[in-house]
Amino acid sequence: MKSICFYFQIHQPFRLKKYRFFDIGNDHYYYDDFANDDIVTRVAERSYIPMAETLLQMINENGKAFKCAISITGTAIEQLQQYVPEFIDMLKKLADTGCVEFLSETYSHSLASLQDPDEFIRQVKAHDALIYSLFGQKPKVIRNTELIYDDDIASLIASMGFKAAITEGAKHILGWKSPNYVYSSESAPKLKLLLRNDAFSSDITRNFNNSDWGEYPLTADKYINWIAQLPEEEQVVNLFMGMETFGEFLPRETGIFDFMRALPRFAAERGISFMTPSEVVAKHKSVASVSVPYPMSWADEARDVAAWKGNTLQREALDKLYSVAERVNLCEDRRLKKDWEYLQSSDHFFYMSTKSLTDGVVFSPFSPYDSPYSAFTNYMNVLADFIVRVEEQYPLSIENEELNALLLTIRNQASEIKALNKEVATLRNNVLNDAPEVAEKPKKATKRVAKKTATK
Amino acid sequence: MKALMFGWEFPPHILGGLGTASYGLTKGMHNCGNMDITFVIPKPWGDEERDFANIIGACNTPVAWRDVNWDYVENRLGKFMDPQLYFDMRNKIYADFNYMYLNDLGCIDFSGRYPDNLIEEINNYSIVAGVIARTIDCDVIHSHDWLTYPAGIHAKNVTGKPLVIHVHATDFDRSRGNVNPTVFGIEKDGMTHADHIITVSNLTRQTVIDKYGIDPSKVTTVHNAVIPLSDDLLSIPKPDNKEKVVTFLGRITMQKGPEYFVEAAVKVLQKCHNVRFVMAGSGDMMDKMIALAAKRGIADRFHFTGFLRGRQVYEMLKASDVYIMPSVSEPFGISPLEAMQMGVPSIISKQSGCAEILNNVIKTDYWDIDAMADAIHSIISYPAMYESLKNEGLEEMKGITWEKAGQKVIDIYNQVIKK
Repeated sequence: MKSICFYFQIHQPFRLKKYRFFDIGNDHYYYDDFANDDIVTRVAERSYIPMAETLLQMINENGKAFKCAISITGTAIEQLQQYVPEFIDMLKKLADTGCVEFLSETYSHSLASLQDPDEFIRQVKAHDALIYSLFGQKPKVIRNTELIYDDDIASLIASMGFKAAITEGAKHILGWKSPNYVYSSESAPKLKLLLRNDAFSSDITRNFNNSDWGEYPLTADKYINWIAQLPEEEQVVNLFMGMETFGEFLPRETGIFDFMRALPRFAAERGISFMTPSEVVAKHKSVASVSVPYPMSWADEARDVAAWKGNTLQREALDKLYSVAERVNLCEDRRLKKDWEYLQSSDHFFYMSTKSLTDGVVFSPFSPYDSPYSAFTNYMNVLADFIVRVEEQYPLSIENEELNALLLTIRNQASEIKALNKEVATLRNNVLNDAPEVAEKPKKATKRVAKKTATK
Repeated sequence: MKALMFGWEFPPHILGGLGTASYGLTKGMHNCGNMDITFVIPKPWGDEERDFANIIGACNTPVAWRDVNWDYVENRLGKFMDPQLYFDMRNKIYADFNYMYLNDLGCIDFSGRYPDNLIEEINNYSIVAGVIARTIDCDVIHSHDWLTYPAGIHAKNVTGKPLVIHVHATDFDRSRGNVNPTVFGIEKDGMTHADHIITVSNLTRQTVIDKYGIDPSKVTTVHNAVIPLSDDLLSIPKPDNKEKVVTFLGRITMQKGPEYFVEAAVKVLQKCHNVRFVMAGSGDMMDKMIALAAKRGIADRFHFTGFLRGRQVYEMLKASDVYIMPSVSEPFGISPLEAMQMGVPSIISKQSGCAEILNNVIKTDYWDIDAMADAIHSIISYPAMYESLKNEGLEEMKGITWEKAGQKVIDIYNQVIKK
């Protein structure tokens, strides 16, 4: 029996306000609250909420036969909690049906996987903790930012205990192979891979409203029929897309919601089921391993990471940002740590892309800047202020290792004193029990030692 | 195809962007092939490049019969043109202009600049155009900028050939709105008589349509381009400055917005100390700008070079880390393109025509000194910004050629000739 595996992505970055260089050192609030409120509310009203309603209907009307996965970033959750809390409630309702799986990813939709493995692990944990606290699910399948994936990331993910990762079924990786199977990673054989079926996914995202397309208009009947006609051995069709596809890129008037609602009925007629990524992974064995030596993503024609890390501006900004990663994680300041998360969103780097317009259309309707250069300038100004704040916490003159050692000593002080006190107490007891006349000397000695270690 | 062009300036003796643009366009059209171009200027100096266009000087064109022999003409004009042309033109004199002040060859004297009696010179140029148009066979007439519109109209009336006028600037750009009625009259007359109007930017096109009331279907934009720089200029070494240099290069006039540059410099200097500002050029607002810099207390970091010519311009550019053009209204503005060719990151105002075609520059509103200061700071503080603008800019310039512009003009010629 064939199955369809749907996954919808929800992400919103904290957009930065216009931040001039003379604000550096003076103004530590970086975000454009008005734009964030405006965009999140608009997208939620036009897309997220009607889509969640549609999904809920699809689940309830079909006796829970419809299943799908949703991945939502921490920054998106924070903004939705603030501006559109009712949507979070709808997600909870979806989670309660048991038909919706929440996926793991980085907290702020960051590029940490390409820059800093430790930060990546930290962020994924932070994200998963948030998902657990809201929806009561511990994610088992991970999707990295923009489906970025390579062999190194695979090992990293596998070491964190994930069963499977979601990525792009890029032609240069698959060659003649079909994305409609479960694969495993070359570098981490236990990690299964679900590959996005580009053709079927873009029939919805790109072609649905394209009247120049030969098959226009697309109906649920026709679409399910195509899937049913795939060779018998091809068992899974992975349809991965951004949630704003529904209602935002494809407005309600195109009939996209009705199309979705009709899918389960036709699927049932043709004996096609819906599955969540975890179910797919549990049911199917890997047919082959896939090696991805260079990072790939789901963006652009080349399916590479050039949209975020392709030019000098982006690389400079990323390197500058992650140069303070270790420092920031040593800090305790909550505001600083939040800013650190927000500044990592991949969107900031996407705005700096100098690739031609035809390539950069994925997010351009959302870019608040008139050119990549002004995006860079604004970001670097903010980053300069951020770095000043990090330096204020700990002066740059101290090396990271030294600082780490000092901090460790300070943090361990309490437990160390406790342990030493205990030792003193036991020694004293021993001494008292043994010979009361020689008790003075060893007691003094241990005390001096204890003081020394504590103040080191 | 044979084109008769009227211009006012031609390199190497130029006073502004008009000469550079006329030269580039003519050369580009020549390179497209099958073009026979005659270019009329008020006063040639004899050292103009002539291999792509036949240059005729208005000051060497007889408007009254003088009985001179071949050797005499050869001796006087050989440097500028073929003596035979003088005799050909002498045969086409159409009226008696002996009442005018003429020289020994029956020619009117021209300054070739922008003298106080400019209107008279424009009129004389149009008289001469009558003789030239009767002598030189052409398919189309092309007038560069308002100074030559009357000549173009005259030539059109004489020959009946279509007239294309090229609007390099309008008086609305030059005067920030305080239009000189005489100039406006000449411009409007030229546009009305033209069979087609070429503007150097969509900005100018809109001015022509809105302010002069011209039918939009008659107006086409052909953006200017640049000629690749010689290796000699490109190889000028970059001086080893410890401090960053931000340069404004152009006429210091109201149109160029120099005061916004000074104000932006003030903002930058409040935060950065390793930067100097240079205002290169001369103009009627120079003294005011010196006073303004002094009043803002930045005179120690704000420098004036006076007028730069030829190679000096490129040496100045090479020594710069940022080029800035805060023009209030710039029909096109070739100089940022030249700065980019020299590998200098540029900041231009959104009110400049060249902003329509340039991608790898910073664009700000001319009045937005905060944005301008921010852009300057960004380029001098973040190496990636500098490198990226420099390299992408150099790359972008390779694609902006006069041949492309020339082909567009030729297409317009074909269109008007068919009509």
